[in-house]
Formats: sequence, structure tokens, C-alpha cells
Amino acid sequence: MSDLNKLGLAEARDALRKGETSSVELTEACLAAIDKADALNAFVHKTPEIALERATAADARLKQGEAPAMCGLPVGIKDLFCTKGVASQAASNILQGFVPEYESTVSQQLADAGAVMLGKLNMDEFAMGSSNETSAYGNAVSPWRRGNDETPLTPGGSSGGSAAAVAADLCLAATGTDTGGSIRQPAAFTGTVGIKPTYGRCSRWGVVAFASSLDQAGPMTKSVRDAAIMLEAMSGHDPKDSTSADLAVPDFEAMLTGDIRGKKIGIPKEYHMEGMPAEIEKLWSEGTAMLKAAGAEIVDISLPHTKYALPAYYVIAPAEASSNLARYDGVRYGMRAALEAGDGITEMYEKTRAAGFGDEVKRRVMVGTYVLSAGFYDAYYNRARRVRSLIKQDFENVFAAGVDAILTPATPSAAFGLGEMSDADPVAMYLLDVFTVTVNLAGLPGIALPAGLDSQGLPLGLQLIGRPWEEGDLLNTAYALEQSTGFVAKPGNWW
Amino acid sequence: MSIDQNTAAKVAKLARIKVEDEALPALAAEFNTILEFIEQLNEVDVEGVEPMTSVTPQRLKRRADVVNDGNQQEKILANAPDAREGFFAVPKVVE
Repeated sequence: MSDLNKLGLAEARDALRKGETSSVELTEACLAAIDKADALNAFVHKTPEIALERATAADARLKQGEAPAMCGLPVGIKDLFCTKGVASQAASNILQGFVPEYESTVSQQLADAGAVMLGKLNMDEFAMGSSNETSAYGNAVSPWRRGNDETPLTPGGSSGGSAAAVAADLCLAATGTDTGGSIRQPAAFTGTVGIKPTYGRCSRWGVVAFASSLDQAGPMTKSVRDAAIMLEAMSGHDPKDSTSADLAVPDFEAMLTGDIRGKKIGIPKEYHMEGMPAEIEKLWSEGTAMLKAAGAEIVDISLPHTKYALPAYYVIAPAEASSNLARYDGVRYGMRAALEAGDGITEMYEKTRAAGFGDEVKRRVMVGTYVLSAGFYDAYYNRARRVRSLIKQDFENVFAAGVDAILTPATPSAAFGLGEMSDADPVAMYLLDVFTVTVNLAGLPGIALPAGLDSQGLPLGLQLIGRPWEEGDLLNTAYALEQSTGFVAKPGNWW
Repeated sequence: MSIDQNTAAKVAKLARIKVEDEALPALAAEFNTILEFIEQLNEVDVEGVEPMTSVTPQRLKRRADVVNDGNQQEKILANAPDAREGFFAVPKVVE
């Protein structure tokens, strides 16, 4: 077989089962693709030795039979996941040199299932960003271009390296994390599939924390079927994460029947944003028509507090970040700034955090500190948590009325050029998450999948939002939509 | 609510992030842009609404109050910028 790196998880799994290829061959194809793709800056720590060792072990396991679905499949791991013996920096200088003595639960579960880790993937620093431009490793670059225009484009963020790597076939799939849209927005920008499961479905243990009440891990893949396969391997209860749900993990792939007859799909009127490109509106109405043609019932719904999701998010996420990132103090791990004679411990904290954090991280830590400070806690933080309750209530009302899933655009635009947003104020960048952030605030599962190309040839995505813990049903609706859109476009290999 | 340079300096101090004096005006301006955005929340009627503490309505699990891990001093110190004689080393804490 040729071009093994271009396979998806399901195809590669089936080829391994039939003995048409080996995990070592798959892994070598990916490692070769990675070495030719430095221009994308997607893989920031390559682990070829670990990959080949695991691939060899996977081949032995496959020969014995009874190997799990992920066995032998090469994947990339976002740098936010702590990986034992392999640098894990969350794309921050403050974690320069940090080599964990432990493995995150999610990456351990993937390893236990036989998945092969190819290396660590670029991202926004501490997952704070929507374009992968806040990374200490430099920008990740999208494999997509606007026709013949060579302007480098963002793969989205924060899981930009994961999205670029999957879209460019450097790996079969990758892990991502999503706090406000960090799996779904980059998936939409790169023509890939990304699912953020229900809060509590995947363990957060060993994943560098950004905003603990919002963070969830999930897979980034080439198809909905692949997302089902990988999500199952990543999911499950973990006693080391007190918010991880002690619920059985269904066989998500077995739920992909493509039959959505009689399902009720909600179209929220508040997601028709002013100034949204006509192409996005068109994509959305075409997606709606496809679900209808597949037998779903389409209903107009209202989520009245949508407008307040981003402002609430930009209180709650920075507040939690300011608390979580207090641990980077120059004492236990990572870097410590050079000190002058006479500097005490306060100067060490202040200098280390000034030198180690990038601008966006500092901004959010300080905004979080402000909204939690005496005198403002009620006005900002408690008010935002009340609004969050209302946002969740909006979804609960809609689901109580019988809606099975909600269809929205994934992003308000296609990918933009790297640097094109650099003069904009921080809020303009925050608006990129307008369709995804509600899902994190309500703890719901959401999936982005490619649905078409814009006039410049860039992918555009749609998002489906499901009921809590019903990822299987959500994946099935996405599967039906995927079959209708027939999206097969790939970026040309220029790198 | 508007943030002036003194407030910006105070917030930086609370966050233990050193900000040079000349960077304070720009920082205060950025805070104000963000806070202006956040202040839309004042339009929402939140009377009688409970602040959300957990997005999933489940009780946190309890476990037996026993030691279940430990004796990993070397591993814990392995990533420290400065570790000596089995301890984390830091600059002078008290005068």
C-alpha cells in the first residue's frame, strides 16, 4: 500500500486486521511525512524512537489477535497533555525543559489501546488563543492556502498543530483540547472533524489546566467514524479526576447507522450574527436542507442568552486561569528567571512569570486576578456564573422540548492569514469563538465537521451540538450530515 | 468602571507578574477594552439565579481518607529549577 499516512483510523485499522500493512509501515510513513513538513511547524517535539517501539509492540499484539481498535495507529498528541519522559510545555516558555514523570490519563489510555505516539503538537500558549499565534514554538501554519496565494494561513487554535497535522496527513489523528472552541474551530479551519465531548467524559488528569470547569479533551480526525473510534478510547471514568463521570462508555462506532429519520434538529435564531459572510449563511442553510432530506425534522429554536456567552466566558475562563496558573512560580518546574543580588522570593515570582508567560497569557491571568479581587468578585465573577446558569438553562429548555441536536456554523469566517489579526484588539480575536463557547459553558458535546469550501477554496465547517452524554447520537447525526456533504477536498502539498 | 494605571499596577502585583512602568498605560487600556466587553453582562436580569458551581449535576466522589501515594521525592524534585539536599531551593523568604 502507498501513502499510508493518508489513511484514516478506520481504514488503517481494517488494513492492519487484514494484514495488508503493519503498524511499523504506517508509523514510518507518518514519520517521513512529518520530517518533510517542518514548514507547517505542527510537530514541535518529535518522538520517532517511542513511535517505532510502540509500533513494533502493536504489530506483535495484532498478530496475537484481540487487539483494541486503536492498536498500531499513529497519532499526534497536543503539547497540553503531559507525556512521561517527553517534553510537555503547553507551548509556554515558563515550562521550558519540563519533562513529566507521569502520563496524562487520556494519553495513557491511548497508549494502552495500542496507539502509537508520533510526537507533540503545537498549540496556543496554555491553549489561550484562536489562531496558534501565541505559541512559544512560533506559529503553526495551515496546509490550506487561498488558491495560488502563498499567504500563510492560521490552522486555528488553540489546537492548531493538531488540526494542521491531521489535515496535512502527518498523522492519522490527533488529540486536542477545547475550552471555548479549541478543537472545533481549528477543525473547521482545516477541513477536519473535531468533537468536544460532554464535560466529564474524558479525564482531565495530566492535562495542563487552563479553565478547569470548561476544559475537555477530544479527538481530531479525518472522518466522523474516526472520531467515534478515538473518542471511545479516550473516554471513561478516572478516579484521579473528581469531575470525570462514572458512566459507561458506549460503542460509539456501532451507533453510526446514518439513520436520523424522525430526529428533531434545532436551528437557533440567535446564531444568525450580524455581518456574517453570506457564504456561511448559505452553508448553514444547505446543511439544514441535507438533514431534512435525510429525514430529520427541522425546528426553529431560540437560545436567548447566546449574546452573553462570550462576555461570561471572558470572566470565568480568565478567573480560573489566574488560579490554575498560579502554580508557575519558578520553584517546582519549568524556568526560573535570572535574579539580581538581593532579589527575594517575590522578585523571583514576578520576574519568572514576566519572562515565562507570553502577552495573551499575562493579559488573561491579570484580567482573572482583577475579576476575582476584593470588591469585584460579585460584580464580575458571580454575575458571570449566574449568566452561565441561564445559558445552560436555554439549552435545557430546548432539549426538554424534544430537540435532539442543534445545527450551527462552526466559525463566523474561514481561516485568516497569520498576522492579519495582530492589529485588532483582543476582543476581535475572542469573537472567533462566538458559536463554540456556549457549548463549553453548558458542558455539552459539540462536533465540527467540514461542509464545503468558500470562494477562495478554504474549508468551512458546521457544528452540531448534542444532549449531555449522548455523543453516540450526536456522532450519528454528524455521520449522516457527512454522507450528505460528501466533503473530500484536501490541501495541495506545497510544504 | 475604568481602570487607571495605578489599578493596573496593583493587579499586576496581585498576579505576581512584573510589569515595567512604561508598559502600564497600554495594559490599562487593554483591560478597559476587555472590561467594556464584559460589562454587557450587566444587561442580564440575574435576580434569583444561582451562580453555577458545577456544569454536571453530580456529586463529587469521595474516597477513603488514607495515604495512597508518596515516596516520590526524587521524581517530584526532578523538574525543579533549583533543588538541593532533597528540597526545593528558593531565594531568601524573610529578612
